[in-house]
Amino acid sequence: MNLFTYTRAEDVEGALREIAGNGGGRFIAGGTNLIDLMKENVERPSRIIDITRLPLRKVQPGDDGGLRLGALVTNTDVEYNTEVERRYPLLSKAILAGASPQLRNMATVGGNLMQRARCHYFYDTATPCNKREPGTSCSARAGINRSHAILGASGHCIAVNPSDMSVALAALGAVVLVAGPDGERAIDCSDFHRLPGDTPHIDTNLGADEIITAVDLPAKGFARHYAYIKIRDRASYSFALVSVAAALEMDGDTILEARLALGGVAHKPWRDPGAEALLHGKSATPENFQPVAEALLRDAKGFGQNNFKIELAKRAIVRALGRAAAGEEHP
Amino acid sequence: MNNKPEADTGQASDSLPAKIHITLTVNGAVKQMEVAPWTTLLDALRENLGLTGTKKGCDHGQCGACTVLVNGRRINSCLTLAVMQDGAEVTTIEGLAEGVMLHPLQQAFIEHDAFQCGYCTPGQICSAAGLIRLCRAKSPEDIPEMMSGNICRCGAYPNIVAAIKQAMWPEDREVEQ
Repeated sequence: MNLFTYTRAEDVEGALREIAGNGGGRFIAGGTNLIDLMKENVERPSRIIDITRLPLRKVQPGDDGGLRLGALVTNTDVEYNTEVERRYPLLSKAILAGASPQLRNMATVGGNLMQRARCHYFYDTATPCNKREPGTSCSARAGINRSHAILGASGHCIAVNPSDMSVALAALGAVVLVAGPDGERAIDCSDFHRLPGDTPHIDTNLGADEIITAVDLPAKGFARHYAYIKIRDRASYSFALVSVAAALEMDGDTILEARLALGGVAHKPWRDPGAEALLHGKSATPENFQPVAEALLRDAKGFGQNNFKIELAKRAIVRALGRAAAGEEHP
Repeated sequence: MNNKPEADTGQASDSLPAKIHITLTVNGAVKQMEVAPWTTLLDALRENLGLTGTKKGCDHGQCGACTVLVNGRRINSCLTLAVMQDGAEVTTIEGLAEGVMLHPLQQAFIEHDAFQCGYCTPGQICSAAGLIRLCRAKSPEDIPEMMSGNICRCGAYPNIVAAIKQAMWPEDREVEQ
């Protein structure tokens, strides 16, 4: 780890003052990702700004009947929150599928949104990586890429976003609230993470001088018909090869609205509203699910070791939709 | 907090960033210490306080050997800075027993031979203590998932689960015997 100075912010305004114009500064909250990356010399901040004392630890009623999760609420406090469990069980289930109990006790809502890629080459400072060092190259394209992207990748980067929480938030249509020098703004969860393009070192659309203050869950929580399926190499405590968040609104056997978000397949949680719309007004049958899976993976491209993910994702989508339609996750 | 950094590292400086004074309540005792900003809670416990029961395994939050309870919750002490925990209450493996009376988890680990080399054991026991406090395990089948953050390279998992089960549901023990 490099040497750095440490400052503690007491409120959002103070945190914004500390980060302003400070290219080498990083906010720290749970620390589970940042400190790990600092130990690997991937992140080398000159200054750490501790935001754990900021008053952003509440889960409270949001606007329009929704629920507002403070940026510093821990993953554990979200997954076991009674309102989240009752109204947004998809989110609870997705968070439970990620990391370990210890890490979820530390990790926060905002930090989870900001977690960086787990690509081997991003972590290995002895190899080229455009995300770590722009303009070098992507070692994964012709290297070890079993866990890498099949959708939305670029010639510059094929890393995936590792979050489970963000996949559920994308399906639910959550909104990220941020504060910056010019005031507050809201970013739709689908627009929060970026595709790599030719700037893969920039993971999100959060400005360098901005801070996440909360995540707003809309009123509609899809609590009756949902599923989160995570396929991974171990039964627990492993990143997704493919994950699927499915949420349905149904009238009898007819699907009124469908939401699908994929994890482990792209640089951001992957949604395709056009593919989702194929289900609207249809009955919940595997025959109707398969075309949606085909549409979502229409532009999928493997890089050798990860070709299997394309078929895996399709099957996971069909399975998740079947479970969601059956209401099997409903207690 | 009483530590404004002396020098911004944005400027060339030949002095190290200043050490920072923190207070931790560790196993019930108030401890004052000076730590560098980059000292992890794990290193502060082991090096500053000499509490070497908490183990350094992977040092990346993957193995769980460094698990301690902070304000009653289990965390990986290798992935948090000591200075961030200023004012916190920390419980390590050294703080679980009541005098000569072992914690029920410690006793259960002995009775079930829930270890071979023992290196992961302090983390396993602190993690299980956090699991019990969480009150979310409904049955013994929940234990493996809820202990997934602790790796045992010797593979003593069946005995670890049996020990935790005994500590969580001691009333079931009579029935089994």
